[in-house]
Amino acid sequence: MAKIKYIEHTGKEHVVDVPEGWSVMEGAVKNLVPGIDADCGGACACATCHVMVENGFLAKLPPKTDMEETMLDFAPEVTPNSRLSCQLKVTAELDGLTVRMPVSQH
Amino acid sequence: MNIAVNALAKDARDAAYALPLDKLNVAQPILFQSDTMWPYFERLRKEEPVHFCAESEFGPYWSITKYNDIMAVDTNHQVFSSDYMLGGITIGGGQANVDPLPMFIAMDPPKHDIQRKIVTPVVSPANLQVLGPIIRERAGKILDSLPIGVPFDWVDKVSIELTAMTLATLFDFPFELRRKLSRWSDVVTAAPGFGIVDTMEQKQMEMDEYRSFFNGLWNERVNLSEPGGDLISMLAHNPATRNMEPREYFGNVVLLTVGGNDTTRNTITGSVVALNQNPDQYDKLRARPELISSMVSETIRWQTPLAHMRRTAVRDFEFKGKTIRKGDKVVMWYVSGNRDEDVIERPNDYNIERENPRRHVSFGFGIHRCVGNRLAELQLQIIWEEIMKRFPMIEMAGEPKRSYSTFVKGYEKLDVVIPTRN
Repeated sequence: MAKIKYIEHTGKEHVVDVPEGWSVMEGAVKNLVPGIDADCGGACACATCHVMVENGFLAKLPPKTDMEETMLDFAPEVTPNSRLSCQLKVTAELDGLTVRMPVSQH
Repeated sequence: MNIAVNALAKDARDAAYALPLDKLNVAQPILFQSDTMWPYFERLRKEEPVHFCAESEFGPYWSITKYNDIMAVDTNHQVFSSDYMLGGITIGGGQANVDPLPMFIAMDPPKHDIQRKIVTPVVSPANLQVLGPIIRERAGKILDSLPIGVPFDWVDKVSIELTAMTLATLFDFPFELRRKLSRWSDVVTAAPGFGIVDTMEQKQMEMDEYRSFFNGLWNERVNLSEPGGDLISMLAHNPATRNMEPREYFGNVVLLTVGGNDTTRNTITGSVVALNQNPDQYDKLRARPELISSMVSETIRWQTPLAHMRRTAVRDFEFKGKTIRKGDKVVMWYVSGNRDEDVIERPNDYNIERENPRRHVSFGFGIHRCVGNRLAELQLQIIWEEIMKRFPMIEMAGEPKRSYSTFVKGYEKLDVVIPTRN
């Protein structure tokens, strides 16, 4: 389990225990945390699970694949700490991760 | 559904299952116009989901019919090209008598990426916030002008009207001439002799008018010191597109016209058809208007306003036990992926309360995923919110007249009656 904090664009926080092996996207969607759409179901094919990684965790994450890079490239409100949450597999190391979600997922 | 429609569906099923599999050709516009292509896809999904058809009016082509296979092809743009010089994104592209138009949907990276990013701000979250109230006001006016108790064509009076207004705003096109946009959008994808245009000469003439009108708008705007926020100004003032060939500008205009018009228009009409064919769902929507947003997504799945997207293989590729050869035409049938029983539960049901209504392939996946998807949803959401405020029922008064196309899955006409106001 890893404790992950999801922050909506309004500032509302949701703290969820996410099992290892799930993606950060699944941690939100399966716990009914609003703000992530994940239209493609986790295939890195739509960019509707865009999150911004907070509190220094960016360096602990695996690097982006070319496809993630490309899909993020077309998403609005992208920042240097933007990631697609379907590509982030939860490990014990991610305990304490905080992610912010954009106003809407396009 | 009436008896004639049921009989037609049964005949289509018999025909689809009687053919030897290798002779099965679903790419026949008549099947789409008569809404009888479903058993062909059902059989392909079951018996040969990656299927080669050697002979059709569009030449040989592969059909991809399962949801996950479509996603695999759509996200593999390295192998499956959209390049207009190879045939572009429709099954009819690349035929000898068709001169290909450059447009960013029919390009590969890096040029696709550059051009797509130039127009994306028009559908940004911030711009949708601005467009929302404008669309709502227009939707209200359109609905308030509709006759009560008298049949009228919903396509003409509502679907075209609303989407033409939105498109006119995106282009900053003369508002009073907005119906030209809908007309041109129809003409671009029309096959001469099947309703929209009678001859190739007529089609060419109207396309020339379309082109020269938009050249005029470009010329008006390209030298303005304060560029507007419209699509034409965005293209005319961006260093990456400012000097593009007039042909390429026109190609992108066509893309934005069809993409921004036909699809949403036909889904608005489709929502009335779907709710009439499924009165239990219409009852549910009336009782719980908060279901509008999931109804919108379910309708986009159910309608699938673009039945397919086409790619061309740029090298030999093994896929699901088949060898797709370099140069082969590969058709991803979104309309079939959206009825894939392995991914979508009871896919033939229209169910406005699905657990995951946004799981559909209508917008495509990967780098060409629909750039205007949220604007499309917004227009549908708003028109239905405004309909529910005003009318308990939009009643179909006859079967819809469907488009003769394997690409645009839409309606030319839908007679309806509104019996009463709320």
